[in-house]
Amino acid sequence: MSPFAEYAISALLIFGGAFTLVGAIGLARLPDFYTRLHGPTKATTVGVGAIMLSSVIYFSAMGEDIGISEILITVFLLMTAPVSANMLAKAAMHIGVNTLESTKGNPWEQ
Amino acid sequence: MFDRLSFPQPWLSLILFTTWQILSDGVSGGSVVLGLILAWLIPQMTHGFWPERPAFVKTWRMPAYILRVLKDIVAASFSVAWLILSPRKPRPAFINYPLKLEHPLAISILASTISLTPGTVSADVSDDKKTLLIHALDATSDQEVIDTIHNRYEKPLMEMFQ
Amino acid sequence: MITIALNLAIAMVTLAALLNVYRLIKGPDEPDRVLAIDTLYINAIALIILLGITLGTRMYLESALLIAVMGFVSTVAMAKYLKRGSVIE
Repeated sequence: MSPFAEYAISALLIFGGAFTLVGAIGLARLPDFYTRLHGPTKATTVGVGAIMLSSVIYFSAMGEDIGISEILITVFLLMTAPVSANMLAKAAMHIGVNTLESTKGNPWEQ
Repeated sequence: MFDRLSFPQPWLSLILFTTWQILSDGVSGGSVVLGLILAWLIPQMTHGFWPERPAFVKTWRMPAYILRVLKDIVAASFSVAWLILSPRKPRPAFINYPLKLEHPLAISILASTISLTPGTVSADVSDDKKTLLIHALDATSDQEVIDTIHNRYEKPLMEMFQ
Repeated sequence: MITIALNLAIAMVTLAALLNVYRLIKGPDEPDRVLAIDTLYINAIALIILLGITLGTRMYLESALLIAVMGFVSTVAMAKYLKRGSVIE
C-alpha cells in the first residue's frame, strides 16, 4: 500500500471517529431537545461518512473492487438524517417538550 | 391498460434499477430482469403517494447543487462541532422562513438541505406550504439566517424547478 | 499507522455510543430517547465498518446496510407513534 493511501486512511479514520464523538458529546451536553437535535444530524452523519470513505480507500488500495455499497450506505444516511430529524422535531412539538428559556421565537402548535 | 405497463416515475424507476444492480453482486442477466421488474412494480404500487409528475426541468443543474451542499455539510459540521465543544451557551431560535418555492418536491429538497447545513434544522411546513419553521442552534439575527438560506439554496432550486 | 488510527477510531466511536446510552437512560422526554437510539444505530454502523477494516473483510457491509434501513424505518415509526399515537392509520 502506498504511503499516501495510508496517511489518507488514517486521517479519515481519526476525523470520522472525532466527529462521531463530537456528535455524541453534543447529544449528552446541550441543554434542550431542539439543540440536541443538531449534534446527531450533522456531526454524526459527517463522521460516519468519513469512516465509510476510509473504508472505500482501504479496500481499493488492497486491490479489491471500488466499494459501491459503502457509498450507497453513506448516501442513504445523508438522505434519511434530515427526514428523521424533521419527524422527531414534529413529535417534540406535539408533546411540547421544554425549550431553553433563552430561545427566541416559539414552536408551532400541533 | 397502457398505463399499467408504463413507468409513471421514470427517475424513481431509474434509481431503483441502479440501486438493485449495486445491491446484487455485479450485473448479470438475473439481476437485470429482477431490477426491471422492481423498477416497474414499486412505482406502480406506490402510485397513490405521488400525486403529480415531478416538474424537473433543468436536471443538469443538480450536480452543482449537490456539490455545494456536500461542501457546506462539511463546513457546517465544523461550526457545529466548535459550538458543542466551546463552553459558551448557544443562542437557539425558532425562525419562520417565508417560502418562495411552490413545488412539493422542491420544498422537501430545501428542507433536507437546511437540516444538513450550518446550524439549522427544519422543523415543520405550514399547511398552506408558505412558511417553513426552522430551528437555529446559534443565531444572531433572524434576517441573516433567512437571507443566507434564500441566496445559497432557494435561488438555485427555484431556477431548477421553474 | 493504520492500526493505531483504527484503534483510536474504535475507542472514540465506543465512547460516543456510551454517551448515547447516557442520554437514552436520562431522557428526560421520549423524543430525546428516540434521538439517542437513532444516533446509537448510526454509531453501530460506524463500528461495523471499523470492524470490517480490522478484519480485512467486506462481508459485514451487508449488515451495515440492513441496520441503516431498519434503523431509519424504526425511528420514523417511533416518531409517528409519539405524534399520532399509532403507527399505521
